[in-house]
Amino acid sequence: MTVSVQEADFDAGTEIAALSAGRDDVGAVASFVGLVRADKAAGASAGTDAVQAMTLEHYPGMTEKALQEIVTEAQGRWELQGVRVIHRVGRLLPGERIVFVAVASSHRGDAFAACEFIMDYLKTRAPFWKKEETPAGGRWVDARESDDSAAGRWATN
Amino acid sequence: MTVKVLFFAGLREALGTGSESLALPGGVATVGGLRDLLAARGEPWSALATTKNLRVALNQQMVGLDAPLKGGDEVAFFPPVTGG
Repeated sequence: MTVSVQEADFDAGTEIAALSAGRDDVGAVASFVGLVRADKAAGASAGTDAVQAMTLEHYPGMTEKALQEIVTEAQGRWELQGVRVIHRVGRLLPGERIVFVAVASSHRGDAFAACEFIMDYLKTRAPFWKKEETPAGGRWVDARESDDSAAGRWATN
Repeated sequence: MTVKVLFFAGLREALGTGSESLALPGGVATVGGLRDLLAARGEPWSALATTKNLRVALNQQMVGLDAPLKGGDEVAFFPPVTGG
């Protein structure tokens, strides 16, 4: 299993160990864990928009396909021996894990690059949406241009 | 022809529905045409015309508004994604 979309938490150590279990050709595993951050506003409005929780909505069916396509794209660009992607959905609290990406390869260069590529593409291509709960009410998170430019730097001509 | 239409996130909330099955009138041949047909219903459906950077998926693949439709297609409209 390469891609999972689930409400349950995950154990990063277990997932990382599984990528090289029973084989001796893996030289590097690079991993990333994304967490819910309790953003706090500065100044007069401090506290009114602190994130108390967030809910992750997704498009069942398309989400899994989109993630698998991103993994397949990464496998075409780098020499990878294993990939694991987990994205949580549902209601999450600050400090909780949202997303996990780990990539196994012979050498660190490919592992680092592929891990970052998968996260950059996930953020702009996988159909997830975050809604934050704050003392002032709920608000959908706006997409950031910096995410588009992060994904754009991997474009091939 | 009949298509299944899905809405997600802020757009789903604005429209007050997540899905509908729709028999298309003749002349609606693309996802852009479907978007215009729905937006013409007036409030709150005009959100389909005003949502910034509206995204469209046809049968669970991201497409442009010029993508052609056929009977049985699943079309999803949603705002830019914010996962990760």
